[in-house]
This record gives sequence, C-alpha cells and structure tokens, in this order.
Amino acid sequence: MNDFVNQFWNWYVILLVLISIVACGVLLWTQSSPPPAGKVDTTGHVWDETLEEYNNPLPKWWMWLFYITVIFGLVYCALFPALGAYQGILNWSSGGQHAKEIEKVDAQIKPMYDKYLKMDLKALAADKEGVETGKRLYLTYCMQCHGADARGAKGFPNLTDNDWLWGGEPAQVVETISNGRMGVMPSHAQLGAETIKDLANYVRSLSGLTADSVRVAKGKEAFNSVGCSGCHGPEAKGTQALGAPNLTDKTWLYGNSEATIIETITKGRNNQMPAWKEFLGEGKVHVLAAYVLSLGGGSK
Amino acid sequence: MSETQSTYNYKVVRQFAVMTVIWGIVGMLVGVIIAAQLVWPELNLGWLHFGRLRPLHTNAVIFAFGGCALFATSYYVVQRTCHTRIFSDALAAFTFWGWQLVIVLAAVTLPLGITSGKEYAELEWPIDILITLVWVAYAVVFFGTIVKRKVTHIYVANWFYGGFILAVALLHVVNSAAIPVTLTKSYSAYAGVQDAMVQWWYGHNAVGFFLTAGFLGMMYYFVPKQAGRPVYSYRLSVVHFWALIFTYMWAGPHHLHYTALPDWTQSLGMVFSLILLAPSWGGMINGVMTLSGAWHKLRDDPVLKFLITSLSFYGMSTFEGPMMAIKTVNALSHYTDWTIGHVHSGALGWVAMVSIGSIYYLLPRLFGKQEMFSVKLITVHFWVATIGVVLYIASMWISGVMQGLMWRAVNADGTLTYSFVESVKASYPFWAIRFLGGVLFLTGMLVMAYNMFKTIASGRSVDDARVLLPAAHHA
Repeated sequence: MNDFVNQFWNWYVILLVLISIVACGVLLWTQSSPPPAGKVDTTGHVWDETLEEYNNPLPKWWMWLFYITVIFGLVYCALFPALGAYQGILNWSSGGQHAKEIEKVDAQIKPMYDKYLKMDLKALAADKEGVETGKRLYLTYCMQCHGADARGAKGFPNLTDNDWLWGGEPAQVVETISNGRMGVMPSHAQLGAETIKDLANYVRSLSGLTADSVRVAKGKEAFNSVGCSGCHGPEAKGTQALGAPNLTDKTWLYGNSEATIIETITKGRNNQMPAWKEFLGEGKVHVLAAYVLSLGGGSK
Repeated sequence: MSETQSTYNYKVVRQFAVMTVIWGIVGMLVGVIIAAQLVWPELNLGWLHFGRLRPLHTNAVIFAFGGCALFATSYYVVQRTCHTRIFSDALAAFTFWGWQLVIVLAAVTLPLGITSGKEYAELEWPIDILITLVWVAYAVVFFGTIVKRKVTHIYVANWFYGGFILAVALLHVVNSAAIPVTLTKSYSAYAGVQDAMVQWWYGHNAVGFFLTAGFLGMMYYFVPKQAGRPVYSYRLSVVHFWALIFTYMWAGPHHLHYTALPDWTQSLGMVFSLILLAPSWGGMINGVMTLSGAWHKLRDDPVLKFLITSLSFYGMSTFEGPMMAIKTVNALSHYTDWTIGHVHSGALGWVAMVSIGSIYYLLPRLFGKQEMFSVKLITVHFWVATIGVVLYIASMWISGVMQGLMWRAVNADGTLTYSFVESVKASYPFWAIRFLGGVLFLTGMLVMAYNMFKTIASGRSVDDARVLLPAAHHA
C-alpha cells in the first residue's frame, strides 16, 4: 500500500533521508583529518578564568563507530522500507511479517484442531488434552469477563454452575461463543416506584428470600398483567430462546437485594457476549465450548 | 583576574537552585508513592491513584526538578562565560515566578484529572500558554545575554543550552496545538496516527533536548570547572553537537514500532536512533576524558563523583536506547518494565546525578561559603543515590525481560503459555526492589536538602559576585 498521495512527497522523503544520512557522514569527514604532529594544545580561548579546551583529534574508535552506523543506515534503507514508497530489496513489511507468523502457527496447529473438530463435544469435554488446550484459550480470551475461575462476576455469567441463560446443550454453547448474544432487559420505569417495589418483593419470594407478603401478592398480580411473563414466562422460570433468566432459582446475575432488583426493573439491563467465530475460527470455538461444558455445567 | 563594577545576577540562580532540591524531593516522593502503589494496590486511594499520580510524578521530576536545574545552571553559566550580567533582571524574575506557577498548576490540575492525555505534555491549554510565555522570556534572557557577551567565542556549554531552549520551544508549541472546548478541556489539533507521530516526535525530543542537550550544557561547564582541567576536545564537541541536535529530531518513531505508523517511518526512527549512538557518546567521551591526568581527584571529591558517574550512566543509557530502537529488540522490550528501567537509568543516573553535582558546586558559591556545610554528607548522598539507581534499573531490566518473554511464550497447541495476570504476579518482587531503590534515591535528596539548608543558614546573604573581565589575551 502506498502512503503517498502523490509522487512529490515520495521523492521529498527519499531525498531528505538520503541527504540527511550522508550529511552526518560528511560532517564527520570534515573533522576527521589526522592530528598535526606534536603536542596537542588548547584552542587559546579562555572563559570564566579557567575554562579552556584542548583540541584533541576525534578518538579513532569513536570515529569508526560513527562511520559504521552511517553505512548501516544506508544499507538498511536499501534493504527495508524507509525511502518513501520504495519497498526495499527484501520486500519486507510489518503486515507481511505478521501474516507469515500467523500462517506458520496455523499450519502447525491445524492437525490438532482438525482432530478435535471431528470429536463430539461431550467426548472432547472428557478429553484431558483437549480440555487443557481449552483452558489455555479460555485464560487468554474469556477470563477478562468471566474470571480466571470461570465463576463470573456481576453482570457476567458463572460458567461452572448448571444454570444457562441461553441453553447448555453443546450446540447452544457453540452458538453463544460463535455469534455472541445480546441480552436485553428493557427499562420499566413507567410502572412507577410502588409497582416496581411490589414486583421486586414478588421476585425475591420466588427464590425463597424474605419479602413483604402484601407486596408479594400485589407483585404476583402485576407480574402477569404488566408483561413480565412475556419474557420470563407465567411461572417466571425464564425463556432460554430470549436469554430471559429463570427468576425462581438462586442465581442472580446482578444481585438479589431489593435495591438491586428495583434498579434492574427500573433501568433495565443490557448484556452482551461478543461474537468470536471470525476472530478465533471454528476449531478454537469448538475447543472452548468443550472446555465450558467440562466445567461441571452443561445440560444433564 | 580583574573585576568590573557590575555584578552577576545570582538571585535568580539562588532561587532556581533551591527550588531544584525542593521539587526534586516532591517529584521523587510521588514516584516512590506510585512505586508503592504497584506493590500494594490497596494504596490506590480515591483520586490519588496511580493513573492520576503518574503524570504528576513525570511532570514534577522532568519539568519542576529538571527544569529548575536547567534554569539555575544556564543562568549561572551564561553569565559567567559571557562575562556580563544577565540580559534582563525583570524577565529573569518572571521566568522564575512563571515557572513556579506552572508547576503549582500542574500539581493541582493533574490529580483532578484535568489532562490533555499526551504523555509528558498532559497540562491543559491555559497552562500550555503560560509555559510558552515563560519560555519565550527564557529565550530572550538567555540569547540576550549571549548577544551582550564580552568575549568573541561562545563557550560550548552555551551551544547546548541554546539548542535546548530553541528546540523545546518548537516541540512544545507544535505538540500542544489544540482546539479548546472549555477552560479545562481541549482536543489535539492532530488525529489518529499523525497525532501519535507528533506526540512521539515531541516525546523523544523532550528526552533529546530537555533531558540531554540541556544537561550536556551543564556537563560542559561543571565537569571542567570541578576537575580543573580543560575540555578534552573542541573538535569532538563540534561534531557531536551538530550530529546530536540533527539526528535526535528523527528518532521519535521508534516509540511506535509495530503500530499503525507506516513501515518506512518506523524504519527511519530505527536508523537514526542507531546513528545517534556515536553523537551521544561524544558528550560522554568529552566529559570523562576531561578528567584524564586528574583521575586521583575522583577519590576524595564527591561532587566530581556525581558528575563522572552521571556520564557513565549517560553512556550506558545512550547505548541501550539505540539497541532498544532496533525492531527485533523492541518487539521484546516494548510495553515492558525494561522501558521504565531505561528511562530511569537516564533520568536518575544521568539527569539527576549531573544536576545534583552541579547544584552542590553552585550552593556554596551562591551563599558565600567555601564549601558545603558537610562534604561527608555529599559522599553519603552519592553512595545512597548510586545504590538506589542500580537497584532500580537492575530490577526493571529483569522484570522487563521476564515480562517480554512471558508475553511471547507459546505452547505447542498455539496458545499463550501465560495469561497477562501471571506476568503481573511474577513482577511483584522486582517492583518491591524498585520501590526500595526509589526510597534510597529519595533519601539521598533529603540528605541534600539538610545539607543545603545548613549551608544557607551558616552562610551570609552575599552580594552578587563582580563580573570578571575576560582573560587578557582574549579581550
């Protein structure tokens, strides 16, 4: 790819670089003449009572060091891209170097991933080496959100339990990693603070948490009448096709205090699992899915 | 030597010299705090967390400590070597108070999170304008003094000070160009990779001119003065001065290896960084060889110890720099603690030590004393500081190379051997050693402050020294 909009800038760079490097050498050459025979004297100038300067010749080793770096610079500019749009004799580029490295490693690991792709996910989840590779992939790409121990964090699902927002069948886990998921709980601020508090109490009661019985009754009624059941189901057991959580279990993505639930209902929640298929490729996604299934979850 | 009726302006030199020590302690204390925050993350309290304090540390040590040292010594040197009083007392006083105001504003705004986000140029646009005003005044004072000099030839130290003043003006104005939105917020005038290139053109030349050329000016006066020997080679100083100031300007792209910067630009950064090796070493050779024939003075003169050790660290870090600019080396060293180690071998070993030596030379002369209150304490300072620097850079080398190797380690199945956090965990012991090195260096500065205040207290408020007539055969 050419970085220059027209040839002028290309030649501007080429000339400026060559002149500059050569100028360093010329500057050095003008001062490199051998010293006159005899004792080295000062220049004869004196400042501030005592400051004087000898006029010793340039140290030989230093002079040659300088010349060598100048020559190296010119050679490097011939071999590598440095002179404007000129690509250099070796035709090297950082993009090319990267592509080559990727190609090399991909070729190296392809047989292994081909073997894993042929394995059924449940079988792979029981394969010691496959799970170890999966764990390393997980620690590189997944732990930032789901944690090094895969137990998740606030807003990021725990992968070690058997509670699945989008389903724990092997094909569903692969789909989640491949294409990502968007979990949207809409804001319900329009319901008003009272109704939202009733709903929060009802939802708490579903998983056996303490709740105000009057509010629970009112919340239960509201749950079906204002539309909660549309996603979470009439029995509040959730709908995996929508990623709507089961509200009757002990798993809480954002927390189960009354205040947190009120915040969830009032403001809504927006959850995103990114899509990895393009970046990682089918093989790595397959192995990662097996690793997730090996964590003890998975539909049993 | 005959004297004239007029005097040198020592007041402004005294002010900057004292503030060098004060700001040195402040800046290094903040450095020690952020080093501690890396070892004990719970120390990241509220607004005083690492992200807010780190720019405060860099600004305080570079521009407050280093800046005051440059102002103090350049004002002293330019007067003494031009045999004339400073060009304008009023403007010189303005540079002192203006610069202190810049520093105080930095100390207030940076912890508040007011920043332009450009490394070593974080201060927002109103402060940038104040810096520009002070800098123009500085240039007028400095070059005005050069113009009214009583000698024909301009002493080599002044070439370096002059180059530093001109280049920093150019760098600051170009890199700080921004579009203000509010009083405390602006956006860079450049976008994307061009912004990055301008930033590192600035960033590397801040090292090249602020932290190198300026301090070489210091070296060229205080080393021959303290050693009582002529400078080794006038010819060498000519070659390395022009080569240094010319070549540094090209080296910035080595900060952006393997980024979106075009390959040809990256290559130029590397090539010129390598060509820079010899010009950099020219300064070291000229300083160290000045001592030839007087090596015995190193044994019992702690000020000379500071100056010569600083040149050793200068030589070391200007060798390390070109090596790190080589793409294949940079692929390992970039983003690791190695870079931090490299910077501090320059900043503590070279910049701080040559400043400390020069300030020890100046203080007794500025406060009417024969020598510092305690020469023994200078020796103590020297050893504490040297051990501190060595601990600092050795620990950063080890942790830097270790981090680079851990990040690139790959298993047979193509996965990374270590997660990032494992490299963080492995770095803890070295961060603890670095903290200890920083504490030692700071301790040395506290010893210096004690010595300084004792010297001032026992000194007398001297009149400014009489301006000397130039040497007879030179007038």
